[in-house]
Amino acid sequence: MELLTPNIGLVFWMSLAFLTVLFVLRKFAWSGILKALKEREDFIERSLKSAEEAKAQMSSLKAENENLLAEARAERETILKEAKEMKEKILSDAKTVASEEGNRLIAAARGEIEKEKNQALSDIKKQVGEISLEIAEKVIRKELSDTNAQEALVAEHLSKAQSN
Amino acid sequence: MSTPKARFLALLLVLMTSFGAIASGGEEKHGEETFVPGDVIIHHVLDNHEIHIGNFHIPLPIILWDSKNGGLVGPFSSHHLAGGEAHNGYIMDHEKIYHADEAGGKLVVGHEEETNEPIYSKPLDFSITKAVAGVFLTSILLLIIFIAAAKGYAKREGQAPKGIQSAMEPLIVFVRDEIAKPSIGKKYEKFLPYLLTVFFFIWIANLLGLIPFIGGFNVTGNIAVALVLALMTFVLTAANGNKDYWMHILWTPGVPWWLKVPIPLMFIIEFIGFLSKPIVLMLRLFANITAGHIIILAFVSLIFIFDNLYGAAGGYGVSIVSVIFSIFMFCIELLVAFLQAYVFTLLSALYLGSAVEEHAHEH
Repeated sequence: MELLTPNIGLVFWMSLAFLTVLFVLRKFAWSGILKALKEREDFIERSLKSAEEAKAQMSSLKAENENLLAEARAERETILKEAKEMKEKILSDAKTVASEEGNRLIAAARGEIEKEKNQALSDIKKQVGEISLEIAEKVIRKELSDTNAQEALVAEHLSKAQSN
Repeated sequence: MSTPKARFLALLLVLMTSFGAIASGGEEKHGEETFVPGDVIIHHVLDNHEIHIGNFHIPLPIILWDSKNGGLVGPFSSHHLAGGEAHNGYIMDHEKIYHADEAGGKLVVGHEEETNEPIYSKPLDFSITKAVAGVFLTSILLLIIFIAAAKGYAKREGQAPKGIQSAMEPLIVFVRDEIAKPSIGKKYEKFLPYLLTVFFFIWIANLLGLIPFIGGFNVTGNIAVALVLALMTFVLTAANGNKDYWMHILWTPGVPWWLKVPIPLMFIIEFIGFLSKPIVLMLRLFANITAGHIIILAFVSLIFIFDNLYGAAGGYGVSIVSVIFSIFMFCIELLVAFLQAYVFTLLSALYLGSAVEEHAHEH
């Protein structure tokens, strides 16, 4: 039974000691420790959060970069394509222009040639006519210097004209 | 650093020597020829006016409040009363201090009506007993450890903990996150200093009781210490009880009216619950720690019982088994030391939580 009977002296000293410890620790230990713990936990939480944010930012930045890169690539592609098309177009244009010009030149040359030829032909015809006339005049003169020959000719033509 | 094996051997040595000290203390008190284990064990579990370390007896100061002698008496050394002789008009019998009569016996002031047992005149004993010394030692240890830890936090602000600081931090966080937060809820911060102090006080006092070779303190296994701790929780609960809490006791919501009027049955039940909480808290701590001490001492006593019965050979033979069982019990007690601190703090937190809980008003 003695085991279960609290001693008044011990109750007194225990209360005194415990309350002293409680108040001293509350003022000089717990407040500081709990505050420091809380601050550190907040700090860790904040750091983790900002790290997470930085990570997210990084990944968004990366995605943006990739987008930019892809866009640039696509642009280069289109530019190259356009340049190629342009080149082809210029080439084909040049070709058509050149061939048209050639055709035109050829046609013009042909016309000129035809004209020259005709001219030459007409010149030749004219000269042949003149030369023939001259030859004929000369032949006639030579023929008709002889009176007999003149009479013979007249006779021939007359006969021809009578037979018709 | 010592290896685990060396540490084990050291523990064994310490245990054996301390058991020797306990046994020699017992033998001295009760004579060479008879060994009464019950007396020895109870003597060591109960409070004492001196500390025994081996064969050394450290007397402790005796302080009395004696209204017959003009109030405060002492302090004087307990060795004056150790032999059972009267000193300054006082006499000590089984660690209790009485007024002495002229013949050097206990002063009788009357008799019990039924049993006719004499009633002795006693002053109030405010002595620094072994348990009080244990309380002071625990308090000093607490102050040293946690003020040092707090200094560590101030010195290494925002840095990783070091030394005693990092040793205590997990326990502080444990009390905060596993006990206070879930049991009390939003207002846990208000009670955290109390819960931390209670937790570490009980834990360190329990451990102090397990250290052999320093006189075998039994601080938390003393009902007065457990009573004070339980009363603290009780007073704090009552002082912080909100309207809902008192209404729950006075006029329990959600039960039929005929349980409250005309016989206030619910009030009686709730009030008994209100009062029994601290009593249960006190008894659980006291009984667990005292039982642990008694079991360890009983295993040790077996050696001397067998020594008495069968001579030295019997004693040595049983000592092997006894020491193994004692070591096992010491390990269990190390766990119990923590567990009881945890349970006491957890229940205190739950009681405080019920006192400050904001009820949703639907039941």
